[in-house]
Amino acid sequence: MENLIRYVPLLLNGVLVTVALALISLLFATLFGALGAAGRISRRPLASGAVLLYTTLVRGIPDLVLLLLVYFGGQRLLNNLASFLGLGPVSLSPFWAGVVAIAFIYGAYLTETFRGAYQTIPHGQVEAAQALGLRGFALHWNVTIPQLIRFALPGYANVWQVLVKSTAVVSVIGLEDLVGIANEAGKTAREPFIFYMAVLAVYLFITWISTTLFEAMERRYAVPLAHAR
Amino acid sequence: MRCRSPMRVDLILANWTLFAAGVWMTLQLTLLALLIGFCIALPAGLARARRQRFWSPLLQGYVYLFRGTPLLVQTYLIYYGLSQFAFVRESWAWLVLRDPWWCALIAFSLNSGAYATEIIRGAVETTPKGEAEAAMALGLSPRQRDFLVLIPSALRRALPQYGNEVVFMLHGSAVASVITLQDILGVGRTLNARFYLAYEGILTAALLYMAITFVLVGLFRMLERRYLRHMRPRSA
Repeated sequence: MENLIRYVPLLLNGVLVTVALALISLLFATLFGALGAAGRISRRPLASGAVLLYTTLVRGIPDLVLLLLVYFGGQRLLNNLASFLGLGPVSLSPFWAGVVAIAFIYGAYLTETFRGAYQTIPHGQVEAAQALGLRGFALHWNVTIPQLIRFALPGYANVWQVLVKSTAVVSVIGLEDLVGIANEAGKTAREPFIFYMAVLAVYLFITWISTTLFEAMERRYAVPLAHAR
Repeated sequence: MRCRSPMRVDLILANWTLFAAGVWMTLQLTLLALLIGFCIALPAGLARARRQRFWSPLLQGYVYLFRGTPLLVQTYLIYYGLSQFAFVRESWAWLVLRDPWWCALIAFSLNSGAYATEIIRGAVETTPKGEAEAAMALGLSPRQRDFLVLIPSALRRALPQYGNEVVFMLHGSAVASVITLQDILGVGRTLNARFYLAYEGILTAALLYMAITFVLVGLFRMLERRYLRHMRPRSA
């Protein structure tokens, strides 16, 4: 126990890395998801076919496998690219390999979430907005996107919770995240059990905080009409 | 410097027996974990759905712990963590707990059990009350009502979600490679390391996982077509 307390500052660094990795991955995953959903909804068969291929492929591969593929394969790709462009060696850090792999995976899940949410919006609303003269960006910004957020939030919260747990695998390629640091510290202190229990507690805490935050957001974006008297 | 190396497909093909053994280990771990997990989840899910006074809160804690934390850390906890205690190392349980295969199986089973408990709880809770009433009207005993009516009905409706859990467990089983096991990913990593490859071994592993995933997804689609026939939208 004293050992655990001694390592708290180091472990907190690990927590920061884990949270940063999760948040940055979520940001890019949201971007991939938005692009994917746009492609899937579009009437261009090439775009929607490509997105379908992307989501199907990703759902067939375990996160750990894709991570190793990105880390080792991506390094080779970067080397080839750099030598082709006549640049010096470029290295792919475990952190950014993790971001790429996790964002790529959860982007596919968010594609489905966003597409489902978009299809829940009654088409009459788009027509009504068009009748009011809204077009393009204005239409989406004022009418579809606010509702899309409402419908997508529960699914989005789910993906986030799974994504956070997924970041643990990045420790396998040497990232000093919470799991990576607890691994080393637990071995050094000869108390691995206590250190892993602490890791579990931190993940449960993150889960709990996220649940609370997402519930607040779901209330914020709940149907405003429900309050009309 | 060789700039663009061709894929070393020859090395993969020359070592196909390793991959076959890896597939076998992955399938073994996944299916056994699912089976044990299901045996935990059926009584646990029922107890949760019925708000059993003693078991329900305990099971809620179990489900929350295993669903809220990464499978990788759960596996580490059992494989590396338990060896911290001298009494574990000196007990008969050490025969099992020093073996990575058993540790992986225990971790995966407990994990799958937690997810399946939640799936079965949901399915039991959403069973229409009429089904229980109909069973009573037919004069079935409470036990008969559970085993002949409510459980089969709930399990059918749990099928789509359970299919997701099966794929999730298959993918989760790749964690076994981290504790030195030669499952599909383990073989891929070994090959990569032995021949200094960048991606061939892991790419092969990815393709194998994908193939197994699609077979499982197809299997569950078939099962759903058969067992959820009564819930398909009817055309007039």
